[in-house]
Amino acid sequence: MRKSAIFWPLVLLGALLLLNFVLDPGFFSLQFRDGRFYGSLVDILNRAAPVMLLSVGMTLVIATGGVDLSVGAVMAIAGSVAAGLIARPPGFPLNGVPIHAVPGIILISLAIAAVCGLFNGFLIGFARLQPIVATLILMVAGRGVAMLLTDGQIITFTNPGFAAIGSGSNLTLPNPIWISLAIVGIVSLLTRKTAFGLFTEAVGDNPSAADGVGIDSRTIKLAIYTISATCAGVAGLIAAADIKAADANNAGLYLELDAILAVAIGGTSMAGGRFSLAGSLIGAILMQAVTTTILTRGVPTEATLILKALIVVGVCLAQSPTFANRRLA
Amino acid sequence: MAGDRGRGRGLSEPVLQLSGIVKRFPGVVALDKVDFGLRAGEIHSLMGENGAGKSSLIKVLTGVYRPDEGKITLGGQPIDPRSPAHASELGISAVYQEVNLASNLSVAENICLGREPRTRLGIDWREMANRSEIGLGRLGVKIDVRKPLYTYSIALQQLVAIARGLDVSAKVLVLDEPTSSLDASEVASLFVAMKRLRDAGMGIVFVSHFLQQVEEISDRITILRNGKLIGVHEAKDLTRKELVSLMIGREIGEATGVKREVAGTKPETVLTLSHGAHKGNVENLSFDVGVGEVVGFAGLLGSGRTETVRICFGFDSLTHGTGSFCGRPYPLNPKRAIRQGMGHCPEDRKANGIFPNLTLAENIAIVRQAKRGWFRPISRKDQKALAQDSIRDLKIATPDGQKKIGELSGGNQQKALLARWLISNPKLMLLDEPTRGIDVGAKFEIADLIEKLRKNGMAFVFVSSELSEVVQSSSKVVVLRDRKQVAEMPGGSSEDEVLAKIAEESA
Repeated sequence: MRKSAIFWPLVLLGALLLLNFVLDPGFFSLQFRDGRFYGSLVDILNRAAPVMLLSVGMTLVIATGGVDLSVGAVMAIAGSVAAGLIARPPGFPLNGVPIHAVPGIILISLAIAAVCGLFNGFLIGFARLQPIVATLILMVAGRGVAMLLTDGQIITFTNPGFAAIGSGSNLTLPNPIWISLAIVGIVSLLTRKTAFGLFTEAVGDNPSAADGVGIDSRTIKLAIYTISATCAGVAGLIAAADIKAADANNAGLYLELDAILAVAIGGTSMAGGRFSLAGSLIGAILMQAVTTTILTRGVPTEATLILKALIVVGVCLAQSPTFANRRLA
Repeated sequence: MAGDRGRGRGLSEPVLQLSGIVKRFPGVVALDKVDFGLRAGEIHSLMGENGAGKSSLIKVLTGVYRPDEGKITLGGQPIDPRSPAHASELGISAVYQEVNLASNLSVAENICLGREPRTRLGIDWREMANRSEIGLGRLGVKIDVRKPLYTYSIALQQLVAIARGLDVSAKVLVLDEPTSSLDASEVASLFVAMKRLRDAGMGIVFVSHFLQQVEEISDRITILRNGKLIGVHEAKDLTRKELVSLMIGREIGEATGVKREVAGTKPETVLTLSHGAHKGNVENLSFDVGVGEVVGFAGLLGSGRTETVRICFGFDSLTHGTGSFCGRPYPLNPKRAIRQGMGHCPEDRKANGIFPNLTLAENIAIVRQAKRGWFRPISRKDQKALAQDSIRDLKIATPDGQKKIGELSGGNQQKALLARWLISNPKLMLLDEPTRGIDVGAKFEIADLIEKLRKNGMAFVFVSSELSEVVQSSSKVVVLRDRKQVAEMPGGSSEDEVLAKIAEESA
């Protein structure tokens, strides 16, 4: 068990939940109202959903030895496209699109997100740009695109059907939880029930050897950055649906960093190679649990980031082989 | 053979003594109560097959591993090296088999890394260059030390690594396979440097798979097998036959080379190149590889052997001339070459061959998986079965297929690389230095394997720095010199005949 990448994140998550329980015995209690559960645990999962989604794509990206800094910006683009297609503000560039049904709007938004990913994947896989540089381009430019789409305004909308993505619930749990679980499920199947996961790890572990055994690392990278951007698109839709508005300036701001941290906490090496989707999910949940704990414990919100950082340092140290050896010696 | 000093100091106290060293890894005892004594002013070779414990012993000595039991004394004082840096501080320097330097930094920076000469304002660049030139000068190397390391050949990089080791005023110098990528004259100049250091009183631990070099340079030889100490001998008292049988633990006949029957009829051609060249790399390549043939490539380091293999596999394109594989004309890229039945074991196992953090089973299955594509995955169960077959057939020493391949010894990694291709039964295997850095026993095993597969109709392109291997295994030998093909010689040519071709004119 100690060998498993998810051991320390799980221990810490457990400890954190236990701490909450000691401080507030009602922490684990769930209320059942209006056909769904309410409570701190549900809240943590619900709030963690966007970062969980981002960290799924980010895990694969990092497994190839890359990084995707553009996911926050892609969230903003997807949210802006969806909000614009619903609200149709004057001057919205896609006003000519004759689609008004929610499924169609979702598909168009995600398709545009996917195109962003193809752009990244092309620059990195085929043009061989450094991932950090290539995705930095879209990190900056993408938010610009979102601003153009919304004309610099916050587009608000009323569409109960679409808003349900962010605030509705099904089968006793909020929709964002179901959506992220579904995406996690799809991506795990894609990586572990096909050879995609092994190829990804091979490309990240030794790119030169991967070329030598006939793995086409270009298409692998193209696919992975597209998956990452699509996951970001879904997260963007959830974020927009949650607040019933698209805020090109702030949607998904800095969330790429949370996603990278979640992956690091989850035990996937930044150098590429072996990855653990489960680890990244626990990482994402852990980070949200920290935030929730801080907010509900009345710790000054100014201290949130510092505390988060301390926890990240702790988990990473616990996983470091050097540190582990010292501790055992 | 052995120097006079080694004999003269026969009774002198060892400067370095390892006693009762035990090192365990999960499932393996890498070192089982091993003793090792090194006198001042001797060159002491450490011999053994892959997995015998040579690397582990050296890693204990240099602080990479901490021993589970046993003690180390240096100059009579007990020491406990905690890291290579600490060992180096104590006076034990090491140069490893694979070049571990920063290839983007300059030669001088590499030599002085971590102990740069300083002025009050920072690094004293002039002094750094001076020291580096002096250090390299002791090895007879004169190069521009300000140029980045990667601009020099692997052989020169190896010498830089040794110069780095020599730079410290060390009492003990460990050279782990320093000669595996050096050509004969470079080996000679290294040996000159080693003898000078020995005569100045340094104790040198030498590890090499080249028996001849070991015989030539050693004063004493310690033999390990399966993690146990087998014996310590004066080099002059030990014949090569005795040495090898001590290493592999059984009596052997002389080299098991198989004389090639000269084929009466020309076999069906698998690969053919005609006046092939890649601009600036290698030219004038004209040869056929037929079914059941081993075409050996002989030539000095830098003569274009690896470049030729890269062209065959499609890594580098043909800028001149033509070629075809299985009747299909070049151009080719590796992916297509593999689909059409070519396999390639690269020269640099670590950099271009293995996936160090993936399991042995995954490393073996990966080629077949790449051929099958994304949507027909090989199940874990099938991976495991493939690995078990390969472990059995090629005698890969590992507890199971789930071990990370990076944790296996070099010879076992090489076998795994062969296995990854052999499971899909290629028509042509390109073997670039398949025996580099692996022990005698594994070399024989690989030679036997090639012969067996050849008889079943597999074709081989075989590159090795060891001419005897090329001559023994090949149906014909292509001789390269200065990045050009200069001759093709029939199977059964002697080493001397091939050497004569290699040396012709250029001498």
